[in-house]
Amino acid sequence: MAEANVKNGVNIDALLAAREALKNAPEAAKFTWRASCKWRNGTHATSTVQGFHGLGDEQKHRTQFSFETDHPEVFASEDNGATPVELVLVGLASCLTAGVATVAQNRGIQLRSVEAKLEGKMNLYGILGIDSDVRNGYDDIKVTFKIDADASKKDIEALVAQSQKRSAVYDIVTNPTNVTVEIV
Amino acid sequence: MIGAGHAGLAISRVLTEHSLEHVVLERGEVANSWRRERWDSLRLLTPNWQSRLPGYPYRGDNPDGYMSMPEVIETVAGFAAAISAPVRTHTTVTGVSRADGGYHVATENGAIRCRSVVIASGAANFPHVPTVREAVPPAIKCVTAFDYGNPGQLPRGGVLVVGASATGVQLADEIHRSGRPVTLSVGEHVRLPRTYRGQDVLWWMEHSGVWNQRYDEIDDIERARGLPSPQLIGTPERATLDLNVLRAAGVEIVGRLAAIRDGRALFSGGLRNQFALADLKMQRLLETFDEWARKATLAVEVDAPERFEPTQAPESPRLSLDLRNGEIRSIVWATGFRPDYRWLEVPVLNRKGELRHDGGVVADAPGMYAIGLPVLRRRKSTFIIGAEDDARDIVAHLASHLATASRSNAN
Repeated sequence: MAEANVKNGVNIDALLAAREALKNAPEAAKFTWRASCKWRNGTHATSTVQGFHGLGDEQKHRTQFSFETDHPEVFASEDNGATPVELVLVGLASCLTAGVATVAQNRGIQLRSVEAKLEGKMNLYGILGIDSDVRNGYDDIKVTFKIDADASKKDIEALVAQSQKRSAVYDIVTNPTNVTVEIV
Repeated sequence: MIGAGHAGLAISRVLTEHSLEHVVLERGEVANSWRRERWDSLRLLTPNWQSRLPGYPYRGDNPDGYMSMPEVIETVAGFAAAISAPVRTHTTVTGVSRADGGYHVATENGAIRCRSVVIASGAANFPHVPTVREAVPPAIKCVTAFDYGNPGQLPRGGVLVVGASATGVQLADEIHRSGRPVTLSVGEHVRLPRTYRGQDVLWWMEHSGVWNQRYDEIDDIERARGLPSPQLIGTPERATLDLNVLRAAGVEIVGRLAAIRDGRALFSGGLRNQFALADLKMQRLLETFDEWARKATLAVEVDAPERFEPTQAPESPRLSLDLRNGEIRSIVWATGFRPDYRWLEVPVLNRKGELRHDGGVVADAPGMYAIGLPVLRRRKSTFIIGAEDDARDIVAHLASHLATASRSNAN
């Protein structure tokens, strides 16, 4: 499927090889992703990621990545970073975008540019506890892609649809997940 | 008075004590919603000795029992007769509007002019069903707690009960016993044991003063007014009916129904936190009882303090349920009720359609009052035993309003 003359920077051969290998190694396919978070002050916190588990072993990013989160000044905070809900949009945008590139590579579509804009609508009556009928989280998320590629509009639509179908973050945002919170 | 239920009749009795002329308008018969809008097996959550109306204590020989609906109807009708309440039955109110110095009340049987109106039409006139119901596949039979009479109305096969208030847990229990596998969707809920330290938990609510807590002493009154009813059932065995009991009986517990998409019901993954919140709140309440019992001189013996097992979470609660594969044949919506104010032409509702009032004194409508709404003036406001204190407060305000209005008219 992969066409050598298409260069989206995705090593599709390695991905397809991994897919084959994991078919016969179900345990290796079980990953655990981790993040740590440390409170700074007020609503400011610093989260880091580095280690994760997968392929049957402990794994590591090349370096530790760190993310500042805070609330903006309109919430009487110091605005030392993105709000956590914006990071959710970042996660969704980057997952779908990576998916577009990967699927494009697999389908032999050369990309020239991919841009996504995201909007999440939220009614603060939820988190402020003003109206119990209003949910805390986003009530609507809109993703708008602008894609320049050597492909028909129809192929690009299929590309974006497939990227949603295989996106981990899209699944996390659109489907429920059991969450356990413990204190140690 | 609009409505001849226990709350409206309590007001009538107190108005009569004050020699205030009034009439009680009733769309059906006395205790109408108890007659027509309850399921067959329902019994009151309160023990019989708490079924007390002004000057009308419980007269039966089973003070610790819980009244069936025929017994409630008999009690309320008996009270109406005892106080010779001026009830006009089969007189549906079709409109209430302002008229100079008072109100114009239109009914099916003609109009009435009055200086004061007390709304006692109840908090539960319509079943409230969330909008996700629109996405339920058509092959599934949907029933609300309003239409529900008994499990025989439901097709054989699996039943999804949505909501874990008193209504939800009672219907889940009864339907499960009928041999239909039940899945119970649980959001925010109020857990209570039926008895605590040997006494009915509502004995503790009354005597410790929790039930008497006033609306203006409660931190978040909107939240208190919106709470689901506690997970209680009235049975001869005084049995507790919490989620642990239902789960042990074989009811499958899932999280709050978040959405129905492509024929699949999706449930929140936050079930553990709902359990933790309800357990913590119950624990705090029981500690309040214990603290009171340490200081108070008790008229009865109570047992030692008890602690209850935390609500046991399923290992991995189901997050979705296919509504098209035949596993689920019906859905019972136990998702609450709303009042009906379609006849109210005075602009006194908030954006959510609730009456704006301060302890039953309706806002921006002099001479208009309400009774029988959740935490109207006290935590016990919606219970039969709560009607008297609220009725006395409301009538005191109403009498002084009439006196003031008369004086200003005289001037």
